[in-house]
Amino acid sequence: MSEIKIVNLRKQFGDFVAVEDSSFTVEDGEFLALLVPSGCGKTTTLRMIAGLELPTSGKIYLDGEDVTFNRASARDIAFVFQLFALYPHMNVRRNIGFPLLSQGIAKAEIRARVEETAKLLRIDHILDRSVSGLAGGDRQRVALGRAIVRRPKCFLMDEPLGTLDAEFREVMVHELRELHNRIHATTVYVTHDQHEAMAMADKIAVMNHGVIEQFGTPQEIYNRPASMYVADFIGSPPMNFMRFHSGLRRGMRSIVLDGHEVAVPEVGEDVAPGEMALGVRPEHIRFSDQAPIRGAVYGSEYLGTNQIVAVETAAGIVKARVSADRSFSLGETVGLEFNPAKLAVFDCASGRAIASSLYAGARHV
Amino acid sequence: MSSVKTTAHSVVEPTPTVKRIAGAIVILYALVTMIPLAWIFLTSIKSPPDSISYPPKIVFTPTLEGYCNLFTTRTRQTPDYIQALPAPSSTCDEITRGRNMVIAGPSNYWPRFGNSLLIAFGSTFLAVSLGTLAAYGFSRFRVPLADDLLFFILSTRMMPPIAVAIPIYLMYRQFGLSDTALGMILLYTAVNVSLAVWLLKGFIDEIPREYEEAAMIDGYTRLQAFWKVVLPQATTGIAATAIFCLIFAWNEYAFAVLLTSGSAQTAPPFIPTIIGEGGQDWPAVAAGTTIFLVPILVFTIVLRKQLLRGITFGAVRK
Repeated sequence: MSEIKIVNLRKQFGDFVAVEDSSFTVEDGEFLALLVPSGCGKTTTLRMIAGLELPTSGKIYLDGEDVTFNRASARDIAFVFQLFALYPHMNVRRNIGFPLLSQGIAKAEIRARVEETAKLLRIDHILDRSVSGLAGGDRQRVALGRAIVRRPKCFLMDEPLGTLDAEFREVMVHELRELHNRIHATTVYVTHDQHEAMAMADKIAVMNHGVIEQFGTPQEIYNRPASMYVADFIGSPPMNFMRFHSGLRRGMRSIVLDGHEVAVPEVGEDVAPGEMALGVRPEHIRFSDQAPIRGAVYGSEYLGTNQIVAVETAAGIVKARVSADRSFSLGETVGLEFNPAKLAVFDCASGRAIASSLYAGARHV
Repeated sequence: MSSVKTTAHSVVEPTPTVKRIAGAIVILYALVTMIPLAWIFLTSIKSPPDSISYPPKIVFTPTLEGYCNLFTTRTRQTPDYIQALPAPSSTCDEITRGRNMVIAGPSNYWPRFGNSLLIAFGSTFLAVSLGTLAAYGFSRFRVPLADDLLFFILSTRMMPPIAVAIPIYLMYRQFGLSDTALGMILLYTAVNVSLAVWLLKGFIDEIPREYEEAAMIDGYTRLQAFWKVVLPQATTGIAATAIFCLIFAWNEYAFAVLLTSGSAQTAPPFIPTIIGEGGQDWPAVAAGTTIFLVPILVFTIVLRKQLLRGITFGAVRK
């Protein structure tokens, strides 16, 4: 097991920049999710780490060794493909044993290790079946088995759950995390699904148009988003943005929104006047008749344990996650009260988060 | 309530009546196409007089005379000479003596047949091997001017090969390739390789790259990945291509007549020469043709499964 270090990695296809100067480190035994919205060079970073694609510039270190230009077969990395890529002309046993065969391992040992792996993944009963008849989940497990059987330095997974149906995906998310807890393999997992990333990863890197917007634990990403992009991408419904025009000074403890003073975490920098946005997570909003910021109920979405209520305010539509006990009628006027410790302020022009006590100690990218 | 009986039928599944009609058409077509083959076989077991009788005989006494004449050369002798010989050693001996002839020696049929086997299979193997490698290259790598090259390869099929017969004849004489098996193998390979590249490129394009990438990740070089992962999945395409190449090389007549006359002569130009030996010996010609059909028949039957299995992409969802 080992550490993956990416330094200023960049990949360009003609005029199109797929990955822009990315640097990050996946520590030994860590599970990193590369959270990338669909489209934009999603798997290019992963393919460069694997050696299936050569970077335009930058370096890749595996356990301190520069492997940037090493052949894929010389890197000792396992890759789980989105479409599994199980060899259709081999049965399950031969599929899993295939990576061992290339290392010239004795037949008896291959057999033993394949069986051990199959047991770990609970697919030992289908070892002699053809892969073409397998159900999606079993194919997934065979693909995982082929990856873990040779105990590689690290695993790369390219949206491995993307083709499974929603119900089964949830099961596999738990299985993958459980597997990771047992074998502690350094893992890089590409996905566009924030729930998968949040549920499985130790660290998340959020990418936008080839640029890493934020790198941190799921908690950091969720509670202290580094940019409006991250704040908007993570969470469902996403963070609300309420726009206001103002300058900020270090030490300020409140801002003025729509003519009303709103307490915020202590601002940590001076910002020239401009368009700003107050970021509020739906669950940090409470309805209160005394609150000065008011709006009309625009719609509601019942979720069982709670409900999402959309409120039309002077600063735009705000979605609040509130108790499901009370029902609201359309057009009803409500007052919005925010949890002052959890508010973030963004500079709309650049999209970045303004330094404040909320971000104290956070890694900013 | 109405008592109208409705038959359940699916839109996709043909009804039994449609199936029966389709089956009848296929069987009829098969029968029509098999009449010439049956006629050739029947002629091969007729006696020479039966073979040219008019109206044609459907009922006759089968004889091996055609095959005996095909495999041997014979000389005419006087009945007294034949009477004086010891008892006939084989069926053919007996049949031949019945026509006042004795067997002088083996004919050239088997050596010519052997040439055909060597040249057809040799050129098929070469064309398919080169075609597979070229198709893989065109399919997977950024080849400079790939489209132009592919068009050039295809353009070699845009005229009948016989149009270049004279230059090839002169070239072959110059290089000493006339009447050599090597020359014929090279010629048929050159004609077939364009077909092979185009057919196989289609098949290889259909094989997802992920398989090779997975194999390379699994510790294999690109060449090993090609050998262990791409080739096994291309077998259907390779088999189909091989059959097309083999049928062309096996049946080719014009170049064979032009370029081979002696030791490298293939069966197609040899079979007509049988006619000339002592009258129109149609049973012997038919016998030569019947045997000539066997290898291609066997090859097709052996590869039938590969051809019919179609392209299956077991583990990758499309």
